[in-house]
This record gives sequence, structure tokens and C-alpha cells, in this order.
Amino acid sequence: MTHRSVEIPVIARVEGEGALHLKVEDDRIEDLRLEIYEPPRFFESFLRGRHFTEVPDIVARICGICPVAYQMSSIHGFEELFEVEVPEGTRELRRLLYLGEWIESHTLHIFLLAAPDFLGFHDAIEMAASEPELVKKALAIKRLGNDMMEAIGGREIHPVSPRVGGFSKAPTARELGGFAGRLEDALAELPGVAEFAAGLPLPVLPREVEMVGLVHPNEYGINEGGMGTTAGRTFPVAAFEETTHEEHVEHSNALHSVMTDTGLPYFVGPLARYNLNEAHLTPVARKAAEILGLAVGQNDPFYSLAARAVELAYSIEDALRLLRDYEPPDPPFVDVVPRAGRATWATEAPRGTLYHRYDVAEDGTILEAKIVPPTAQNLRRIEEDLRGFIPGVLDRPDEELARLCEMVIRNYDPCISCATHFLRLDIQRG
Amino acid sequence: MTRPRVAVFKMASCDGCQLQLIDAEEALLDLAGAIEIANFAEASSNMQPGPYDVALVEGSISAPEQIEQLEKIREESGLLITIGACATSGGIQALRNGGDLDEAIRRVYPHPEFVKSLETSTPVADHVKVDLELTGCPIDRGELLNAISQLLQGSVPRLATTPVCIECKRRGYTCVLVTRDEPCLGPVTRTGCGAICPAFARGCYGCFGPSESPNTEALSGAFLAHGLSPAQARDRFRFITGSAPGFAKEAERLDKEAMAT
Repeated sequence: MTHRSVEIPVIARVEGEGALHLKVEDDRIEDLRLEIYEPPRFFESFLRGRHFTEVPDIVARICGICPVAYQMSSIHGFEELFEVEVPEGTRELRRLLYLGEWIESHTLHIFLLAAPDFLGFHDAIEMAASEPELVKKALAIKRLGNDMMEAIGGREIHPVSPRVGGFSKAPTARELGGFAGRLEDALAELPGVAEFAAGLPLPVLPREVEMVGLVHPNEYGINEGGMGTTAGRTFPVAAFEETTHEEHVEHSNALHSVMTDTGLPYFVGPLARYNLNEAHLTPVARKAAEILGLAVGQNDPFYSLAARAVELAYSIEDALRLLRDYEPPDPPFVDVVPRAGRATWATEAPRGTLYHRYDVAEDGTILEAKIVPPTAQNLRRIEEDLRGFIPGVLDRPDEELARLCEMVIRNYDPCISCATHFLRLDIQRG
Repeated sequence: MTRPRVAVFKMASCDGCQLQLIDAEEALLDLAGAIEIANFAEASSNMQPGPYDVALVEGSISAPEQIEQLEKIREESGLLITIGACATSGGIQALRNGGDLDEAIRRVYPHPEFVKSLETSTPVADHVKVDLELTGCPIDRGELLNAISQLLQGSVPRLATTPVCIECKRRGYTCVLVTRDEPCLGPVTRTGCGAICPAFARGCYGCFGPSESPNTEALSGAFLAHGLSPAQARDRFRFITGSAPGFAKEAERLDKEAMAT
């Protein structure tokens, strides 16, 4: 009997900190533990007793990479509960801000976090030494996303202007005017980005899986809509907690998301969104999908990177559309009168569906909070992917096996900081 | 000449402060020519063991194993710089301090017995010697790059200690406290952000922590005069950097006032 043990003590190029422990006996996985040792930060606990107006600033701090997602899920939820009507311009400005976050985050993942794996570099800094033009172009697109967030939100990490009811201040059309040219320039690079991504030697791992995401009748689901799945079911966001279920695994303190009725894990993120929203894609995004060989029905999780590139093109095109006839919402925010009840909402963070629920007292004080981040929903799938993937690569030396396992994990662009604000994961089976 | 070895470490945090370094983009590439990035897990899979010339530490100390990890970092590093509100004051997660930890754990975990957490979320300087603290939620990118380059030149970085209020006047922003009744922490918060909140027509909420000798009591008086209850005024201070001593003390005082009324 041969024993083999592979340890990845710190998974690199992901947001937050995790480890993978793998034990193999003969050709069988004896033990596989995706350990998230990042400590919990108890947001759901200390949100209680705070006023709803403070929530967008608080929940932004769950994640430095996707603060807009956290702000938006909370703001929309409160506005629905309090029956607040915002002007169309507010809706558009929110989408524009959110697209800035998608552009930033997707570019970061494709070029700085994922690409070094395939090109044999430790990081983008090494990559920049031998591929300076590529890295320079990527950084320019990333900066564009950041600059959009800064112009609308005041800063790209933990924006300050979004509030329940609108924005504390909305940029003028002139202040956003300079972005049209930069977005056009970025868009011109996108077929090249798709060709670059198409050239990366991705592993193949097709499998049956239900993918879940936000769907909207008129647009690619980001800020608002109902839930849809690739198995053809639809349900309102208010039914999220009944339709999905956080399962407690034996010998583990992990909560794993599964569909309540089938008991099977699902996954959220760019590939899910692509499969559910393809009909709303724009011309360059479609072209990118074609270059990448991505078509509706694709269930190989390794196509997530392709879907991210397609969404990057879409984000730029949709931002251009929104900018074309942008007029600042006037007034920038409307008055909000709280009332007692339950607020539920989901938006699409760059890495997938982010669900929030708040129980609110009459004076606007938070009584209970529940947050289900995308990475927590994907953890079970990541583990299943590892179990499916590892047997095919057991002939590789330890170092390469470890690197391949990291690729499987990184493919979901996991945000461990988000996932662990409420859970701590220690998978032990065998 | 060997390049100084710089490492980036993370405790309990949102990753936002180290993201400021990644978001420096081309400046980071330039910096990478002057230093050796020896350990930066979020950006690179090349993780070298110590010793390091400079360690940047993000995040607060909120789990037992982090104390050991931190002591090892301190031992292996010439200079230890803390970055951000979590590392310098305990962060927003310090809002749970003083509460019932078991209750907090029970509220989010079905099996509380598995969760290892300290009673409190505390700043790095409560546990080891810190050579320089950069506050902010997130830190300011310019301040970070400046501090690193000054350290590389062998000088001690000088950080602004004046309040946001002064910055606002310098930039000619309309006072949101006076004109909009916005409870603004600008008079008592260290500048560094560029007075973003007043620029966006809202009150400062204290991301950079207390300025030098802040007159918090006078500001509370103004909040109360603007119609805030003592509890509402308390929550202005008990927020992003609520455990920083300058703000914690005022929050406690207002809490007593709130209890009395």
C-alpha cells in the first residue's frame, strides 16, 4: 500500500486564507480537507441593534474585493421593504457602479490570479517581466473598473456614496464623460482578451450540476430579478432560504449549500449567469463567447474563466450603453421611512449570487441578519470538483498535483474573506 | 546590492488594505523592481520563508492561533507595519467586543463547539511591538507607497495627524455638519482619505481613526445639539474604528448618558 500526502498550507492568489489537506492511499482519496482557517468576524451578530442606514457601510467591510455587491444587496432589500421608489437614473447609476466592480474583479482574476497558473509564473509581477504588453493592457482595464467605482462611489474599496434611497451625491454627466473613450479602448482589446483566454490550457471536467443565478426579463441579471437555475426552475429571492439549504456535514463544522429538494450541491458565478442570461448578451460579448468556444449548456466548471471573459466584454458594452444617455438622478436620493418587516434581496457579486435577509424593527433597527455569500455556496462544489479531478492526475509529482488542486479551487475565484464572516470550514471525511 | 525583502500577512480582515497594494498596479510593478516581494499570498504563489526586512500586517487578532503566527512574524521581521483599521484598532469586527461571544457564535454556527475564537478582536500592537501604524478603512494607497519608499531610503515616514476637517477646508468643501446637519466625524478623525465623504455630501464616519488629541466631547455636544440622541451619537463613534481609544472612550461616556436618559 502506498501512502501519499499533499499539503497546500496556504492557497495562493485567492482572496482570504485557506488550506488543502489531501491524503491518498493507493489510488484512493483517503482524506481531502479544504480548510478555511480564516477566523469568523461575526457580522450577523453585531449587525443586530444597528440602524438600517448604517448597514451598507458595515457590510461593505465583509469584502474588500466586492464591497459594492454587499452594499447593493442590502440597499435594494431595504428599499423594497420600505416601499421606496427611486428614479430610473438611480437604478442606472447603481448598475454602472456594479459594472465597475465586475470589470475590476474579472480582470484581476483572469490576468493576475488565474493566468500565471497556465503560463508558469508565480504571479503577475513575474509575468510582467516576460509579457509586459499583456500585463500593461490588463492593468489598464482593471484601472478603468476601479476608476469608474471611484468616480461614482468616492473610492473603489468601500465606496462612500451608495445609501438606502440612492446616492449621497451623483456624478454629473461631464464627470463621467471621460469614461466613454476609455471603455471604447478597452472594448477594442476584448477580442484579444478572449483569444488569450482561449489559448490557456484549461483542464476538462464536464459534470451534471444545477447552476443558480439571478434572472431578469430585460437584462443580464445583476442588481435585480428573480432566481433561476439551469434545471429550469425559477423562484423568488424571498424563497431563497427554503429553496436552498445549508447542510451540516458530519465530522465537520462546515455549512454546505445544497438544493433543498434534491440535496445536491449547486453552483453560482459567471458560468451560471452565462447559461441563464445568454439571451441578453451584447455583440462583442457574443463574439468573445464564440472565440472561447462557450455555448449555453456548458457544464464544465473550467469554463468559468471563459464566462468571466465574456462578462468582462458585456460589462464594458453595457457600461457604454448606460453612459450614452446618462443623466444624474435628481434628487440623488429620496427620503426613506422605515417600517417593520423582513427585507430579502440578492444581487450578483462578481463571483456569484449574494443573498441578504434583514428583520427590521419599526424604527429601522436591525433585529436579525442573514448573509449567504457566493463562495459559501460554491465550497461544496469546489470539494466535489477536487474529488472528481484528482483521480485523473494522481500520476503527477506532488508539486504539480498541488498546483493543479490550487487551480481547481482558484477556478471559482473564491473569496474566503466573504465566506468566513460567518462560517468556519474543516472538511474531514474518510 | 540585495533588495529589501517585503512580506504581506493577513489576520482577520476583508483583504481591502492589501488590495490597495495590488490596485497600485503600475506603481506596484515599479516597487517590485526596488524590493523583493518575499511573501504575498493574495498576489503570488511564491511564498518565501523569513527573515523579512519589512512585514506589512493586515487584520485584527481574533483567533488564538493568530497570536502565535504574529509572534513568529515579529521575530522574523526587521520592521513591522500594520495596515488598516483592523490591524490598528481591531476593526469593525471589534464591535462584538464586550458582547457575549458564546451567544455570537451560537447565533451563526449550528455547532459552536468547533469554533475557535478569542473573546475580543484586538489590534496587532496589543500583542507585539509595531514600528509604524497606517490607519484607514481601507488605508490610503499613496500613504502606503510613500511610507514604503521612505523606509527604503532609511527615513522615518511622517504621517498626517491633522483632522479631516482641516483637509476639507483646504479643499474648499462645504461643511456637511453645518449645512446638511450630517453628523460628521471630520473634526476628530485623522485625515488620509482626502475628505471623500464630505466631497460626496455626507458626514465622515471615522475610517482613519482618531486624530491627534481629538476633542470628541465637544463634537458630541454638537451632535446632541443637532438633535441626535446620546445613543445615536454613541453609535457614530462606535463604528469602523470604534475600538480606537480616542473613540471608545467617548462612546462609553455617551453610552452612560444614554442609559441615564
